[in-house]
Amino acid sequence: MKLSELFSSGKFVVTSEVAPPKGVETGEMLENAELLRSRVDAVNITDQQSSVMRLGSLVASQLLKARGIEPVFQLTCRDRNRIALQSDLLSAWAVGVENVLCLTGDHVALGDFPDAKPVFDLDSVSLLSTAMALNAGKDLAGNELEGAPDFCLGAVVTPGADPLEPQLIKMEKKIAAGATFFQTQAVFDTETFARFMERAGTLGIPVMVGIILLKSPGMARFMNKNVAGVHVPDALIAEMAAAADRPAASIEIAARLIREVRDVCQGVHIMPLGWEKHVPAVLDSAGLPGAG
Amino acid sequence: MLITERKPIDEIMTFIANEKSVFLLGCDGCAAASGTGGVPEIQELKNELEGRGVKVVGWKVVDFLCQKALIRNALRTHADALSRAESILVSTCGIGIQATATVVDKAVHPACDTLSLGGIRGEWQGEERCAECGQCFLEFTGGICPLTACAKGLVNGPCGGAKDGHCEVEPDVRRCAWEVIYERLERQGRVDLLRRSPLQFKDHARMQPPTQLRGTRRWAVDMRTTEDVVQ
Repeated sequence: MKLSELFSSGKFVVTSEVAPPKGVETGEMLENAELLRSRVDAVNITDQQSSVMRLGSLVASQLLKARGIEPVFQLTCRDRNRIALQSDLLSAWAVGVENVLCLTGDHVALGDFPDAKPVFDLDSVSLLSTAMALNAGKDLAGNELEGAPDFCLGAVVTPGADPLEPQLIKMEKKIAAGATFFQTQAVFDTETFARFMERAGTLGIPVMVGIILLKSPGMARFMNKNVAGVHVPDALIAEMAAAADRPAASIEIAARLIREVRDVCQGVHIMPLGWEKHVPAVLDSAGLPGAG
Repeated sequence: MLITERKPIDEIMTFIANEKSVFLLGCDGCAAASGTGGVPEIQELKNELEGRGVKVVGWKVVDFLCQKALIRNALRTHADALSRAESILVSTCGIGIQATATVVDKAVHPACDTLSLGGIRGEWQGEERCAECGQCFLEFTGGICPLTACAKGLVNGPCGGAKDGHCEVEPDVRRCAWEVIYERLERQGRVDLLRRSPLQFKDHARMQPPTQLRGTRRWAVDMRTTEDVVQ
């Protein structure tokens, strides 16, 4: 099922994500996906996030699909040239993947193989354009395909970027290239997000607010120092620091953020980073019942 | 030496169609040797442009356009004409175009594509780098090449990995190329270029030395010196 159909129906779309393992033991990833199954519309599978080598997102997407959990296949341009990216897209459709999130990807310098060759033959915009060409029955070189996919294509945007205008320009380019929905970088400052939506909302494409579950004050400070476009306000760090029960505080903060921005966006994408088991509580507290 | 090839006049016209006046800049180094940036070529370019109704307010051929100090000195003697020019059309390699765009805060247009010669570099370059991609798109990036200045070599805008204006790869020493591009275009009131720039797919085949260039004397000399190992 395509996320675009849910947006068209007016539903406030809820997604979350799981990360494939570093190794071949997929049990924990699948258990995490099971925790999310009845509560979200789809589950993203990250593509070797932070450039750390892991089991691939395509096969993980297939494993979820086989269990009846709708995957959003994350695909980055870091490791594959245009031949491999097109091939993986065709493979994805053949195993039932319908939703693809097209990303540029982190630089290899961030991960555990900083000496690898960073590919970036394409980027998020040209990848979207490439996937649209496949949807239209032709490859990037214009060759006819034997059977075409029909992907619902998504992309990402950073609402807290400063300056914001280059992000908005790239967002426009992604829409022109074929993006039909956006997931955002993690939002902790709802006023900044609302200002972003005042401008992004005019583009007419559904935006899902990105929510990361805070685990500790240290994690918040780390993100403020190191993660692009993410700013956790001091008040939230203090709230986490003062909490006797950190998971409870994390759930409360995430649910509050969702409630505050719910009316200005079209969905939420929760990045639990290992705390998948707390996602149902976040959705309960945010007033978001099950999927479907 | 960097080998350059003049862009078709129709492509150049799309860059300057809306300019009221342009100043032409050539290079007496590699570009003159390539037959793109010497005095005869700049005069020919001037005639071509004027034949199409473009107002050329002045021109200059500088010894090495890759050298920013030389560009500054040369342009000071043409300050009057330059002040009347809305933009500068530069007929040389990607390094010279970028160096010019760095020292003059005006719109700078590329008149050439830079072809690969398999690693043989320019004469006197500074920090600017040219990937010799054969499809120069400095027109759309404020005269800053993201293929070399961006850690990912992204050609369609910033990745979102910059923190406080610095690249995720070397945050201590490296600015985000796309933020620098944005800042320059914003200063020049030309941010809309980023919206209008065509979607870029780089043709990596053009980054290999063209067959016909492998027969040049310069190539032969370099191959000879490469093989000539001191015992």
